[in-house]
Amino acid sequence: MSTLVQDPVPVADAPVVPVRTSERLRSWWHLPTALTVLALAALLVFGLGSPAADSTTFRLAAEGDLNPGGIVPGDVAIPARVLAIVLAALCLVIAGVLWWASATVTALGRWRTALVVVFGLLWVIAFLDWAFHGATVDVGAMLQTMMVLAVPLAFGALSGVLSERSGVINIAIEGQLLMGAFGAVLVGSMVGSPWAGLIAAPVMSLLIGVLLALFAVGYRVQQIIVGVVLNVFAIGLTSFFFGTVMKQNPQMFNQPLRLPTLRIPLLADLPVIGRVLFEQNILVYLMWIIVAVLTVALFRTRWGLRVRAVGEHPRAADTVGINVNGTRWGNVLLGSAVAGLGGATLTIGTGVAFGEEMSAGKGYIALAAMILGRYHPVGALAAALLFAFTDALQLRLGTLPTGSGAGIPSQFLLMLPYIVTLFAVAGVVGRVRVPAADGVPYVKQ
Amino acid sequence: MKLELRGITKVFGTFVANDAIDLVVEPGEIHSLLGENGAGKSTLMNVLYGLYRPDGGEILLDDEPVRFSGPGDAMRAGIGMVHQHFMLVPPFTVAENVMLGNEPGTFGFLDLASARRTVRELSARFGFDIDPDAVVEDLPVGAQQRVEIIKALSRQAKVLVLDEPTAVLTPHETDELMGIMRQLRDEGTSIVFITHKLREVKAVADRITVIRRGRIVGTADPSADQTELASLMVGRSVALDLDKAPAAPGEVALEVRGLGVTDADGVVLLDDVDLDVHRGEVLGVAGVQGNGQTELTEALLGLQKGARGSIRLDGAELVGRSTRQILDAGVGFVPEDRTHDALVPDFSVAENLVLDQHHRAPYATGVLLHPEAVRRRATAEVEEFDVRTGSIDDAVSTLSGGNQQKVVMARALGRDLSLFIASQPTRGVDVGSIEFLHRRIVAERDKGTPVIIVSTELDEVIQLSDRIAVMYRGGILGIVPADEDRDVLGLMMAGYTAEAAREAVAAGARTSDTTLADEGDIV
Ligand SMILES: Nc1ncnc2c1ncn2[C@@H]1O[C@H](COP(=O)(O)OP(=O)(O)OP(=O)(O)O)[C@@H](O)[C@H]1O
Ligand SMILES: [Mg+2]
Repeated sequence: MSTLVQDPVPVADAPVVPVRTSERLRSWWHLPTALTVLALAALLVFGLGSPAADSTTFRLAAEGDLNPGGIVPGDVAIPARVLAIVLAALCLVIAGVLWWASATVTALGRWRTALVVVFGLLWVIAFLDWAFHGATVDVGAMLQTMMVLAVPLAFGALSGVLSERSGVINIAIEGQLLMGAFGAVLVGSMVGSPWAGLIAAPVMSLLIGVLLALFAVGYRVQQIIVGVVLNVFAIGLTSFFFGTVMKQNPQMFNQPLRLPTLRIPLLADLPVIGRVLFEQNILVYLMWIIVAVLTVALFRTRWGLRVRAVGEHPRAADTVGINVNGTRWGNVLLGSAVAGLGGATLTIGTGVAFGEEMSAGKGYIALAAMILGRYHPVGALAAALLFAFTDALQLRLGTLPTGSGAGIPSQFLLMLPYIVTLFAVAGVVGRVRVPAADGVPYVKQ
Repeated sequence: MKLELRGITKVFGTFVANDAIDLVVEPGEIHSLLGENGAGKSTLMNVLYGLYRPDGGEILLDDEPVRFSGPGDAMRAGIGMVHQHFMLVPPFTVAENVMLGNEPGTFGFLDLASARRTVRELSARFGFDIDPDAVVEDLPVGAQQRVEIIKALSRQAKVLVLDEPTAVLTPHETDELMGIMRQLRDEGTSIVFITHKLREVKAVADRITVIRRGRIVGTADPSADQTELASLMVGRSVALDLDKAPAAPGEVALEVRGLGVTDADGVVLLDDVDLDVHRGEVLGVAGVQGNGQTELTEALLGLQKGARGSIRLDGAELVGRSTRQILDAGVGFVPEDRTHDALVPDFSVAENLVLDQHHRAPYATGVLLHPEAVRRRATAEVEEFDVRTGSIDDAVSTLSGGNQQKVVMARALGRDLSLFIASQPTRGVDVGSIEFLHRRIVAERDKGTPVIIVSTELDEVIQLSDRIAVMYRGGILGIVPADEDRDVLGLMMAGYTAEAAREAVAAGARTSDTTLADEGDIV
């Protein structure tokens, strides 16, 4: 018995031990090539495109910040061309590392993602440097604008995550946002307190949630159609009230109310990030809490496991005693309430009165954020922040004084958020895993 | 617990799937349900489990009538079930699937560690080798079957329904499962056991009830011999052994050289495979599941991205061709996982039967489909393969498991082929139809088609093959004649080369597979 090849005991179930090779994947060059091209573009356009004489000012710390000994500098002015070239060079280094790792099949694990993220940050700073040369970038203010724009998108995307994880397509986010915005102002004005509006917003958009669940889950109507119809319904309903009662008596029904800003002492005084994180109204804090709670709930609790099972394989969930349609009803309602909070940020969150169709397509961008975020609460938030950042950038670039900055045409700037959305979604969409039963009603025999 | 079904009737449209069925299962009894494909066994069990609403009759547990509004009620009443079509959530891990609906933990938080422990304990106890953290969709069907069994057993049911739990188990695993069933029976569990493998029935059943076309047609004693049981089941006499003429192999038709497949993480799944298949011969592929059989068949059909090497069929290179081109070259293919890879559940039987040919004459010209031609073909195939369906326009998902398998086989065999590849060709098919399908495969061989058969049933491989290739860790360990000693094959499956295995057997080594083959009387 000395001629054995492998294990001496003939077990029928010997586990298969994977063997590793140094074989490269066919697509090994895709990522490094893309990064190299981007880095070279940064070098040529941002580096050589910035006038050698100009410098870009980044405003970090401000007067009155908690900044002992001035650790964080106030205004930093850097020669625009030098900075862009340095950043582009760093980008090239990262691309080089990835070339090396991909070509030699060195496993980088998490470092790979980290490198790509760092690459993205450096590239964006290089872009800002070029776009704002000769002017000032107020980083804190920019982040603040981003946050204001991101919050409704994030709430909307979370609504989508809740409902689609359980298998109900939620195109009606747009309508839910609109109803939330409407309800917050209407009830807030009638009671005379934005806090009443805060409670009314989720309740109002529950109306859309109930209708969605009733038709999609109860009557098994095609879910995309139901969603679109509900969006049209929400527009019609709110426009009607806006055009009639709200117009006639804005004092009574449509006041620009605003939730108070809750400032967390000390923390809010931190330079750069202090205000954006710790001087916001309650809705922003709620958003952070919901993202955290939902992440834990979806992946660490019994409820989350069941919700995901229902969205992936409802029959299997049924066979272990889970109430499929009950779970779906619950999640659609919960989701629509969350989206209602997003709607509230559009009105009482920013202190403006209700306006016709004021959600302006944000519900659809939220849907894209949900997909880009891979149906994960944290991913959805990150995607919402990304979209909001491009939007904030666009707003800021549009107000640059003539003679400074790269002078990008304003029409192009307006397109920017949508272009980023398009590329971001197209880039990940092949790798996103949609819940298998998303959009498929469950029927019992 | 005592289980009694009284006059259970279930009607689908106008089709009576269960017609006033009475069944009593005593506590501590293994009650075997036999019946041909489409007899109504799974339907009856789904009614018992609360998945289907009965149109008549009642269920009694310990002589108390019970009403189930859904599987949740049935579970709470102590009923557990292994489903013929696995009820597993594909992207979940094994541990998550096992605990679903019955999650350990406090305050609603999952206790994954304890779920993992449960899986490890159960799989150790039952001799299954299952990694609790493996994602179910990455597992071969055999492993999924084991997960489904572990899931049912972890609930400690008092009435346990096993609907074809052994269809894709290896003989060794089947043996372990039967041991567990005996143990549970001795602890007082009532077990309903559905299978098409008669030697298993003979080995464990205490009582046998036979169903045909929705009605009970009789009971049998486990001591009855297999031929008797088989004829009771299908209503005619069945030849259990395949007698086939020796092969008359022609020239080499399929030439595989250096075929390799590596997955996205750089793990080698198929390692430098060389293989020749002659015209008019059946090459069987044996091996423990997960040793590259799936990848081999899929690579042959162009379904594995990034396959390296060369596959020449009648001189033409197939590597780098699209699956459509390979199918058009006359390759008939039966995948191992029919539910996910072979059928479109909501399409009709007729549509599924032309799925691989729908774009060509006579079924289509240009963009136009010819429904008449499709229906004609479907009618003929349904007739020839004895597919039990109400109409060829019924959705294929409404067919019984065995009948779905027949549809897949009929599609693959229903045209002139230059190569036929089948994984688990008779999964879930009744004895009468196995006889037919085996004959049909041999007839295909005798027409001069090269045939490749992959099966977890070593018996099936031995019966059908002219030569047997044993796969181990992604490579072909050796190719031996079909009359090779079973023990040698068993040892080869565990990684011995043919010579080493023969030496070991000569020195007295045996494999666990043999004991089971001795127990049953097939082969
Ligand atoms: N949902 C359904 N709609 C219509 N007909 C159905 C449905 N489910 C099952 N049937 C029919 O009922 C009959 C019995 O099916 P069942 O699955 O119970 O058979 P089975 O005895 O389990 O067969 P097998 O051994 O092949 O698994 C079949 O003819 C099938 O076509
Ligand atoms: Mg069945």
